[in-house]
Amino acid sequence: MSDDVNLYATGNQTVGPYLHIGLNWLVTPKIAGPRVSGERVTIQGRLLDGDGKAVNDGMIEIWQANSHGKYAHPEDKQRKPVERGFRGFGRVPTDARGGFRFSTIKPGRVPGPGGKLQAPHLVVSVFMRGLLKHLATRIYFPDDAANIEDPVLNLVPAARRATLVARRKAKGLLEWNVRLQGKGETVFFDY
Amino acid sequence: MDKLPGYRRPHPGTQPDYDFPPYAGTARRHPTQPLVIPPQTLSELTGPLFGRDEVKPTDNDLTCQHRGAPIGERIIVTGRVLDEDGKAVPNTLVEIWQANAAGRYPHPTDQHNAPLDPNFSGAGRAFTDAKGRYRFITIRPGEYPWRNHYNAWRPAHIHFSLFGSAFLTRMITQMYFPGDPLLELDPMYKCLADENARKRLISSFDLETTIPEQALGYRFDIVLRGRDATPMEQ
Repeated sequence: MSDDVNLYATGNQTVGPYLHIGLNWLVTPKIAGPRVSGERVTIQGRLLDGDGKAVNDGMIEIWQANSHGKYAHPEDKQRKPVERGFRGFGRVPTDARGGFRFSTIKPGRVPGPGGKLQAPHLVVSVFMRGLLKHLATRIYFPDDAANIEDPVLNLVPAARRATLVARRKAKGLLEWNVRLQGKGETVFFDY
Repeated sequence: MDKLPGYRRPHPGTQPDYDFPPYAGTARRHPTQPLVIPPQTLSELTGPLFGRDEVKPTDNDLTCQHRGAPIGERIIVTGRVLDEDGKAVPNTLVEIWQANAAGRYPHPTDQHNAPLDPNFSGAGRAFTDAKGRYRFITIRPGEYPWRNHYNAWRPAHIHFSLFGSAFLTRMITQMYFPGDPLLELDPMYKCLADENARKRLISSFDLETTIPEQALGYRFDIVLRGRDATPMEQ
């Protein structure tokens, strides 16, 4: 039981089916503007429910470092440059096919536990009707030599790691799907 | 680099489970594999920050977004955004959305047989001030039916979306109104096991916020996750 002396975080509630009414004003499918440095990449994918059906009333949010591995945030005290015009935030609703697509730059490596560098990654929040609290996951980049030593990827059972690594579709185009249940269920994190 | 304190784990019963059969929508949309608990890293201890110039000063007044005034009872919704230590969260973005007074959303998938209001879109945003306070002017949303179970009705509610200062403080909730008889029948309200946690989703009528001859006032304080006293990493 909680009591009145202690403050506990307010309970999460589902976004429901009409989230886009309140949240679409901030849709940001272009995370990096033209002057931002780094390797350009477009990431597309689909959000699929336990029946493999498109989640057409969902949304994802992305948070990432710049190509130097620096977050545009006061708690990132690394001596690395921030870049004007790069916040590192994306918000993309899903379409009728459950699809989403955003363009950005591949982030640099940021420190992880014990100061050991993590492999380049994006952190992602998934929102939809039917989720009482959003889900957290990550997108890693294919063929990055650092993936093998990434401290977070290595916590994930080996057979499920591939769900966190985007696949290369074409030059500059990656695919990453979110499966809520069943074969290839995406790894979600609980912090 | 400096070690940063992490964020506290949720207190038992105060956050929903993903698998919650009374809310039928969770059945095919909750993870079935165990969630992985990783260390909190710089990626999660930081998060997007927004500037006041990104919203219009009138974005917090949902009654003045169209040519005419919306139908319904005008209300003020205000409160503070705090962390679990009771410290104000200043300059943080608060986004809201809600049904109109008849219980209808202007959304293509809302087929409820209730009128749309051409003077009400139902979306707003505001920033908290230095003391963590936010304020909206809106109309009281209507209750509406949904197809979760036979004769299911959602209690009147306003959706709230908050960022706080980190990926880990991101939070979306719903604010309810005091005395609503539908609350005890509502799977979404009931998804929090802890009764006190549920009650904290209910706003309170506030005479001090109420503007004479204008609008009733409701208070709704929101608490975001707090930090650990000591850094997570060894």
